[in-house]
Amino acid sequence: MSADRPRDGGSSRGAAAIPEDVDARSTNPPSPAPAHSAPPPRAVPGSGARHRHVLVAIVLDKPGVLNRVASLMRARNFNIESLAVSHTDQPDVSRMTITLHGDDVAIEQATKQLYRLIDVLKVQDVTSEPTVEHELALVKVRATDRSRGEILQVVELSKGRVVDLSAESVIVEVTGTEAEVDGAVALLRAFGIKELVRTGTVVMSRGAGSIEEAIKR
Amino acid sequence: MTMTKGDPEGGRAAPPQGAPEAPAAAKPTRSRRSHVPAAGTEHADAVERAQRDMLHEAKPRTRTRIGADVVCEAILRQGVDVLFSYPGGVILPFYDVLGDYPELRHVLVRHEQGGAHAADGYARATGKVGVCMGTSGPGATNLVTGIATATLDSIPIVAITGNVPAALIGKDAFQEIDISGITLPMTKHNYLVRDADELPRVLAEAFHIARTGRPGPVHVDITKDALQQETSAPHPTDEEVIAGLPGFRPNLDGHGRQLKLAAQELARAKRPVILAGHGILIAGAEAELPELAEKAQVPIAWTLLGIGAVDERHPLAYGYMGMHGWKHVNRAIQSADLLIALGMRFDDRVTGNVRTYAPYARIVHVDIDPSEIGKNVAVEVPIVGDVGRVLRALLPMVERVDPADRAEYLEELAEWRRESESTSWHGSGAWRDGLLSADYVIERLGELTDHQATYVADVGQHQMWLARYAGFHRPNSHLSSGGLGTMGYSMPAAMGAALGRPEHETWAVCGDGGFQMTIQEMATLVQDHIPVKIALMDNKKLGMIRQWQEIVYAGNYHSSNLLGPDFAKLAEAYGIPCFRASRPRDVDAAIRGAQAVDGPALVWFETAETQNVFPMMPAGKGLSDLIETWNEPEE
Repeated sequence: MSADRPRDGGSSRGAAAIPEDVDARSTNPPSPAPAHSAPPPRAVPGSGARHRHVLVAIVLDKPGVLNRVASLMRARNFNIESLAVSHTDQPDVSRMTITLHGDDVAIEQATKQLYRLIDVLKVQDVTSEPTVEHELALVKVRATDRSRGEILQVVELSKGRVVDLSAESVIVEVTGTEAEVDGAVALLRAFGIKELVRTGTVVMSRGAGSIEEAIKR
Repeated sequence: MTMTKGDPEGGRAAPPQGAPEAPAAAKPTRSRRSHVPAAGTEHADAVERAQRDMLHEAKPRTRTRIGADVVCEAILRQGVDVLFSYPGGVILPFYDVLGDYPELRHVLVRHEQGGAHAADGYARATGKVGVCMGTSGPGATNLVTGIATATLDSIPIVAITGNVPAALIGKDAFQEIDISGITLPMTKHNYLVRDADELPRVLAEAFHIARTGRPGPVHVDITKDALQQETSAPHPTDEEVIAGLPGFRPNLDGHGRQLKLAAQELARAKRPVILAGHGILIAGAEAELPELAEKAQVPIAWTLLGIGAVDERHPLAYGYMGMHGWKHVNRAIQSADLLIALGMRFDDRVTGNVRTYAPYARIVHVDIDPSEIGKNVAVEVPIVGDVGRVLRALLPMVERVDPADRAEYLEELAEWRRESESTSWHGSGAWRDGLLSADYVIERLGELTDHQATYVADVGQHQMWLARYAGFHRPNSHLSSGGLGTMGYSMPAAMGAALGRPEHETWAVCGDGGFQMTIQEMATLVQDHIPVKIALMDNKKLGMIRQWQEIVYAGNYHSSNLLGPDFAKLAEAYGIPCFRASRPRDVDAAIRGAQAVDGPALVWFETAETQNVFPMMPAGKGLSDLIETWNEPEE
């Protein structure tokens, strides 16, 4: 199961391209004396370009495992945007979907740090893979006799459904990608949102491959 | 019996009620005597037998196995023969059975922090897992500093704490604190055990995790009722332990393609430098390191925790790097075209400002922890693996370099070295003017111990002088709190080192600040006859603080003057002989005097009060921006 662990960290600066490397560090061999002309500053790890990433972590369902993941993210200065935890089809194994912002190296660090946790079996950054990505939101919207019809129309157009109706409100259930849910919520906001809850994103890779089967012991 | 960390019900069973002897003080003795059968009679033998049986019942022989027994068994099964601990209410069940395991040496420390450091020192000196214990609440929180020290320096220790009975957890019971919540972010792994049947597995896992891969501390919190619960659960085999930890499979062997790239880098390099870290010592690769250096003719620089990875007398051993490292070493790194980093992590004390670090160098980085690769500096060739295995695999691929081809480079480095050594305080001979200079003391200490002792540093100026001037010839002969920088580390850690490696003299080298932080362990040294020699560098200052205030904070000396006691009287009060030196000519006699003592001894060096450690790299600056002098009247 450990086949997919990062054997050799990916933050290499062109490790594979050594023979035809045109890196300044290798083409300009240093003069023996300490140079007084300022050398190029060493690159710090990471591009600095922050993007939203989605990590899937398969973990053993041990006491405190959520605390371990959350504590690690806090201690290492990663900012979690959403975190969804659930059972899997295997007993004693849970699945976490973590969305966070960071540059490539920061996300790689997050992955490697997660692997240091004894209870973590597998971590996968699925950001660039074809996935099905969904979250669910329940929105309690203020409703009057006049606005109710319009709300129902919005709900229908945004592929949501009404799960509760009362004289002064409706509860709308919306599922979809984060952006789709954002869109529906924005539309509903016009009527007055009384209460909102979102589950956070869960993702699954498209096709026959399975992260769960990959870790079956 | 005295309960130090009280738990009124936790003690050994009170004497049975109405014990006949208790109320009968003086008067009835004679009348009772008349009932005693005459010695030698059959009746007397029967009474004696019955009394013996009763004693055996109280001092268990036929008793059942409880959780506390499992703890002792597990520690012994791991080959650990000493543990450092302090009793308290909820771990009294453990103390109740401890007497049945005479092969397990228990050292009663004076503070749990000392116990954790002692376990750490034992682990560093022996390579085995160190064990420390404490009770719940304050006992557990006192361990925390020692656990954090072990985390940052990757030291395998297992810290065991008691906790309140499971039913009381979460009820703010007496001496209850969520200690597993506290240690969670600073351990490699931790456990809370409420069921004695789980103890064999958990403890076996704890030791396995602590020493496997990148070592680190593991904390096991055990409820009092689990310690008392009867259990017949067997200890798992090694295979069962590994099978039970599917998420813990460290990579030990470097990737073949990466090894080939590393060999190519070495073949092309004109000015390579090896950076030897703690990983060399952890992996036991002290033989492979010089082999690589000799084959490719590469000088070796070392980190603070990499001291001892190579014998400093080796012709390619170049020196200690970093913030207070040798100027010639930092200069070599700054002008290198290739750094071979072996089991080190590019700590900020090593690199300074990363932007200006080793500007011409490509980097090959070997570490067993993938998260260390690319964490602080970007590297060209990352290799994840045990540094010993990596070096053994890499050596055959490395092209042998003719020493003549490197002669020019190595001669230039040698010239830099001569220059830097002759201009350092140490080389300048300031001590000849009658001033007792701490670096002179360190140098004499190294000489008079034949460089064969185990030297345990505290934190501060003397730590840097020790690293620079003692001269280390043997692996694991230098112990230092590198990552956390824990003042008060040296004396307790030296206790562990002395017990783990009794064949080597053990010297705790500390300043007057750190010494006063764990000074109470002098009593442990005496009670347990632990022959630690303490070299106290007393400059009546917090020297490193004073140095920074002088250089960085414009001489605003706030709180760096430190009033100390009369250390000679204090040592005498503890029953420890004290030798004193305040002039250079007293130094040798004081050290020899301490060496002649059979047992612990203190050497009180009253050193120059305003001496600074140079060179020094100011925070935020780079390795090329070393400060080498600072308006020194003495120089």
